[in-house]
Amino acid sequence: MLRLEKLVKRYRTGDLALTGIDLEVPGGQVMALIGPSGAGKSTLIRCVNRLVEPTSGRVFLGDTEITGLSKGQLRLARRRMGMIFQEYALVERLTVMENVLSGRLGYTGFWRSYFRKFPQRDINEAFRLLERVSLDHMADKRADELSGGQRQRVGIARALIQEPELLLVDEPTASLDPKTSRQIMRLICELCEERELAAIINIHDVLLAEMFAERIVGLQAGTIVYDGPPDRLGPDVLTTIYGEEDWTATIDKVDEDELTEEELRERERLMSRAS
Amino acid sequence: MAVRQQGELKVWQRRERGKQFAIWGAWLAGVAVFAYCWRLISEKTIWMFVTDAPRQAVDLAERMVPPKWEYMAKLWLPLWDTLNIATLGTVMALIIAVPVAFCAARNTTPSVIFVRPVALFIIVSSRSINSLVWALMLVTIIGPGVVAGILAIGFRSIGFCAKLLYEAIEEIDEKQVEAVTATGAAGGQVLAFGIVPQIMPAFAGISIFRWDINIRESTVLGLVGAGGIGLQLDASISTLAWTQVSVILLAILATVIVSEWVSAKVRHAII
Amino acid sequence: MNGAPVDRHWRRPPFIANPLLRWSLFVGAGVYLALAFGTIDVDWPRIADGVPRGQRFIASFFPPDFTSRAGEIFEGIYESLWMTVTSTVVGIALSIPVGLGAARNLSPRVVYLACRAIVAVSRTFPEVILAIFFVKLFGFGPFAGFLALSLATVGFYGKLLAEDIEDMDPVQAEAVRATGASWWQWLVYAVLPQVLPRMIGLGLYRFDINFRESAVVGIVGGGGIGATLLTAFDRYEFDSAAAILLIIIGIVMAVEYTSGFVRKWVQ
Repeated sequence: MLRLEKLVKRYRTGDLALTGIDLEVPGGQVMALIGPSGAGKSTLIRCVNRLVEPTSGRVFLGDTEITGLSKGQLRLARRRMGMIFQEYALVERLTVMENVLSGRLGYTGFWRSYFRKFPQRDINEAFRLLERVSLDHMADKRADELSGGQRQRVGIARALIQEPELLLVDEPTASLDPKTSRQIMRLICELCEERELAAIINIHDVLLAEMFAERIVGLQAGTIVYDGPPDRLGPDVLTTIYGEEDWTATIDKVDEDELTEEELRERERLMSRAS
Repeated sequence: MAVRQQGELKVWQRRERGKQFAIWGAWLAGVAVFAYCWRLISEKTIWMFVTDAPRQAVDLAERMVPPKWEYMAKLWLPLWDTLNIATLGTVMALIIAVPVAFCAARNTTPSVIFVRPVALFIIVSSRSINSLVWALMLVTIIGPGVVAGILAIGFRSIGFCAKLLYEAIEEIDEKQVEAVTATGAAGGQVLAFGIVPQIMPAFAGISIFRWDINIRESTVLGLVGAGGIGLQLDASISTLAWTQVSVILLAILATVIVSEWVSAKVRHAII
Repeated sequence: MNGAPVDRHWRRPPFIANPLLRWSLFVGAGVYLALAFGTIDVDWPRIADGVPRGQRFIASFFPPDFTSRAGEIFEGIYESLWMTVTSTVVGIALSIPVGLGAARNLSPRVVYLACRAIVAVSRTFPEVILAIFFVKLFGFGPFAGFLALSLATVGFYGKLLAEDIEDMDPVQAEAVRATGASWWQWLVYAVLPQVLPRMIGLGLYRFDINFRESAVVGIVGGGGIGATLLTAFDRYEFDSAAAILLIIIGIVMAVEYTSGFVRKWVQ
């Protein structure tokens, strides 16, 4: 579904962020991208929708070659890729509803969007998504009145209303507490499953990556050093990704009974809702 | 902070020695320049007038009281003109300042090499020239009247508003803009959804702030013929009608206080 | 989810929640604009006359005439510059005691009120009105302009200084006081370091303002380049006027550039 071929990014400062990445993500796969800060995780997902212009190499989404598109075509292609950001990146002075609807901008003409006259279908969909992330009662609140977890759920709704085929997720839990982090990751994975979405999730929390992703790719200094299932992620692999450290505590699987009672209840609630 | 070893002793000084000398040198140069300038001024001053000034001041004050209150009736129209000059001038300036600011901000300008310097030049020339000088110019060109006043206030305020606005645009959170871009929004939509909401508070603040300043400035435009209460002030001073002058000054004082109160209220309501 | 989807209505929440207030503001603004435009006397023939004159004025910038009145221009700019220097220095020197007095957390009530009154009066009247009166009292020439600019500086700088002192971090101030420092020591060690960098920046900014204002006080006889400019306009010598304006713009740009540099150096 998504294919990167020999993707290279060299910043104008001369820093080589990506050194020829080859990567393929099939439809419906949730892939976690781990690696130390500065390994090029953010650059990689920004090269996919060309928020960062790759220096060389090619990116394919389905049959479309993203890297060869003109500005207008790129906009159309971006609609097919939803993006979720670190620290939410909501437009803080707009309401929750306006933020969600901004995901439809690529489908709406300028004046319609300027006067907030989005098609009724979009509005219905926005309410449905807000309900799904249990925020429909907050629709007219301003985004900066929300808590971190709530903001990230708005961010998720904004990405999903684009009706994307692929989610690009950049450190979704970086500024959240551990419990909210799990909830957000769980929500993203459930939604990917519901809609058969592929996702690339940048995450520096190895535990969370292991818990939720079906495939893990380790990035180190712009090169892929690991690509495989979460259960093969041993201390030696983590050492090649992050460098020497005592990894035993990280690798211990989180068992169901290690979750607090509250978390279990939350999980059940979400599961019953999803079915 | 400098610590110097002197035998056994560690001597602490606030600054390195060289830096301390540089600072003293700067002070010395400053004092010299000031003394020189002062000498030039005093050469051009007739000190007899200066020593005589307190007596003159008392004399003038005596001639200014009691204020000729009935003159107030003739001041309402000029005051209304003054208000219009300030308000319409501010509106005009804002309409022009917005595109100029977007062209001048590093992150929104269409071209850093061609458009930005032009926008910056518009800003600096508008700001460098005082509104009274603008008025002087416009009165010579289009003749005396309120229109010249509005244009003068407008031209002077473009630079002020555009400068503050473009600084606000340069300080926006780029991540929010990035997020809107990532949805596939077109350029205009990124502007309307990603940038405009972020600068709205700054825009409102700047408008009110400048309006308040403009009320003050438009009270004197009449001195060069550009309408408003300054016309009456000029006429009264040249006919030595000091009791009218005191009424006018009190009217200006009241207007400024009211405008300051209004702008404080509005600013409070917005923020 | 079951059944047919129901359309849910959504409109952007209005900027002002109260509809009565919102509409009365709209109507009020409309009425005001109509009245304002209605009461302006526009002398259209005179403005039409101005068009060729305006063209001539703009044309006179290409090229401006620096030479034929070079002597007067030089004299005027020079006078403006030293008026600016002296009035900025004297104004700031005077505004320090006023600013300290006008800070609520520093001064007794009586001093506070008195200093606030000084600030309020010198801020209300534009420099030109102050200049008119000083010209009456001290005669024509730069001394009157110098006084007007100094007084305006006291109002501007005193107010900002007072506000800055009121906004300072009280914990630092308390810590120094707790060491048993005297009032003066406290001022130097606790207050000064907190307000100094910003005040240096504002001082340079005021220098910039004073230069621009010095072009204006000359129009009412207060010395400086203003008088030269007024003469140039009165004689319709647009090319000399253009030269003066360009010089003013150039000096303001130079001052802004230097002050940006100095500010960076201070911080």
